[in-house]
Amino acid sequence: MTVMEQRGAYRPSPPPAWQPRTDPAPLLPDAQPHRVLGTEAAAQADPALLLRLHAELVRGRRYNTQATALTKQGRLAVYPSSTGQEACEVAAALALQDRDWLFPSYRDTLAAVARGLDPVQALTLLRGDWHTGYDPREHRVAPLCTPLATQLPHAVGLAHAARLKGDDVVALAMVGDGGTSEGDFHEALNFAAVWQAPVVFLVQNNGFAISVPLAKQTAAPSLAHKAVGYGMPGRLVDGNDAAAVHEVLTAAVQRAREGGGPTLVEAITYRVDAHTNADDATRYRGDAEVETWRGHDPIALLEHELTERGLIDEAGIEAVRQDAEEFAAGLRARMNQDPVLDPMDLFAHVYAEPTPQLREQQAQLRAELEAEDDSHGGAHR
Amino acid sequence: MITVALKPATMAQALTRALRDAMAADPTVHVMGEDVGTLGGVFRVTDGLAKEFGEDRCTDTPLAEAGILGTAVGMAMYGLRPVVEMQFDAFAYPAFEQLISHVAKMRNRTRGAMPLPITIRVPYGGGIGGVEHHSDASEAYYMATPGLHVVTPATVADAYGLLRAAIASDDPVVVLEPKRLYWSKDSWNPDDPQTVEPVGRAVVRRSGRSATLITYGPSVPVCLEAAEAAREEGWDLEVVDLRSLVPFDDETVSASVRRTGRAVVVHESGGFGGPGGEIAARVTERCFHHLEAPVLRVAGFDIPYPPPMLERHHLPGVDRILDAVGRLQWEAES
Repeated sequence: MTVMEQRGAYRPSPPPAWQPRTDPAPLLPDAQPHRVLGTEAAAQADPALLLRLHAELVRGRRYNTQATALTKQGRLAVYPSSTGQEACEVAAALALQDRDWLFPSYRDTLAAVARGLDPVQALTLLRGDWHTGYDPREHRVAPLCTPLATQLPHAVGLAHAARLKGDDVVALAMVGDGGTSEGDFHEALNFAAVWQAPVVFLVQNNGFAISVPLAKQTAAPSLAHKAVGYGMPGRLVDGNDAAAVHEVLTAAVQRAREGGGPTLVEAITYRVDAHTNADDATRYRGDAEVETWRGHDPIALLEHELTERGLIDEAGIEAVRQDAEEFAAGLRARMNQDPVLDPMDLFAHVYAEPTPQLREQQAQLRAELEAEDDSHGGAHR
Repeated sequence: MITVALKPATMAQALTRALRDAMAADPTVHVMGEDVGTLGGVFRVTDGLAKEFGEDRCTDTPLAEAGILGTAVGMAMYGLRPVVEMQFDAFAYPAFEQLISHVAKMRNRTRGAMPLPITIRVPYGGGIGGVEHHSDASEAYYMATPGLHVVTPATVADAYGLLRAAIASDDPVVVLEPKRLYWSKDSWNPDDPQTVEPVGRAVVRRSGRSATLITYGPSVPVCLEAAEAAREEGWDLEVVDLRSLVPFDDETVSASVRRTGRAVVVHESGGFGGPGGEIAARVTERCFHHLEAPVLRVAGFDIPYPPPMLERHHLPGVDRILDAVGRLQWEAES
């Protein structure tokens, strides 16, 4: 019977009761990015933590300048610098426990190093002798991820699997502002919220996706606001305030560990260097903008706080810088050694067992190498 | 003599049984995908698994294929053995970045430290009257991606065996399930352990002396039918079912073509850039001096998959296969 036929008998009724599935208010980020340094909250900060952060930041900056120098010397194929973003990199590493997992993007080698990874292993991808220079399980650092945001669902899946096993493990995934436009960002956050996976998403909003500014990337009030659409809290933090980033990430990690589910953290920072050494930032931004951000430098902010509070003096700062110099010298010396390459590795790890087709190709390459050896008097291999 | 009770079963039932047995044998096996839980999958292949093993082991995911496969990567990184269902061939495409950039590369990228034992089930191919985006023969995309194994069953027993082998593999395996064979029936004994076939071996489905039909998946029954019809023409055709596209069983294929001296590759996928070109090249490289005629291909046309009322003109059928066999330069023999 159609509606027309049953006219007269038909009694319109209201739709089933509707209410929002979760209260959006607590999910909303604060009106301003959270800050600690230079505020009253700084007095409550643990001095030992501030000193640790400072030492890591100074070393991290020196790591960035050293790696950039290595590209000029031809020792690295490319280096996406995190200069200016050291507070986020270091705080991400320090907010995690040993059993937790870090999911870095290609710009986050510093976070991996701050977590304890050998810097030479962290830079293997960018030197070009192998894609991932470390066993991810050793420090629980996933491979540096180049395709944008694709590591985020990995973090969600790993955190979900840990929870299913009853393990007390949190995953922290790092992505940039450009990466938030990718579909995988959306899918990862949605899965994380639906599964209530113990995962923290750290978006470093450094202003640019190579050359494209945030205004061309999104019309959202902030990237942190995107969290509300997934039913998870969004948090805004001053990404150059190491104490603030550490505090916000630590709280998000703890919340995840206690079964509270995922959090999206947007850290407002700035990419002081170009996208990589191969990029020319003068084509898309002015010096004035860069200078403004140099005035809000993560190391200078922290040093100012420590000095004001009498927690460090010139000699102390000098000692930290000296440690960083030694770290850089060690890295430089090791990177100046040519990596040992074995072309046979090309076939060794594609499958658990090479296919018959790969065995044939392996034999072909071996024959080519032997012919090369013969014509070079056995110099190679 | 022990008599084994063989019962008729469908390919879909064999796949369900394979999933169930794998989940019972190994608590790290997790099934995930769209509608795989409460509903049991749109083809009912995961029927009953959520009820038997719980929703944490057989999970209805949000509707997002990249998310399904991407989270499966993370689960595998933590030691689980995910079995992912892509609902239809064409709906698997959103997951291609995860598949190609991560699933296929993770073991190699990490020098073997981080293998990904993920099984990706893809109902594929035409012949079921599906509307647009429900009938793609997508195997060439998977075959062209180093790091993946690609298998496709043509029989009930192979469906069970290949899926069990895929789940047991420490490498990612794409299991292409021919949709039009889901309801094909066969006598099958699921309790016979021999039904777990190793990945990478082709099988001669029908022995013959005149020419070899090299085929796989949904085209295997078509080729067997063509071979029967060919007897009237005086041709005794051999049918090789590849079962595994990667790794490719050069040995079985080449041995057959050396015996018969003639070969036709048959598949639904388009001919240009399709698997048949690779197979024909491999056969030619290995069997050139045994060949009486060029290796021919009977493939789908190089067109987007047609609407259902026209698909019979697209899919390789018995007549088109026999026409190709007829062009294998028989006149040179007389």
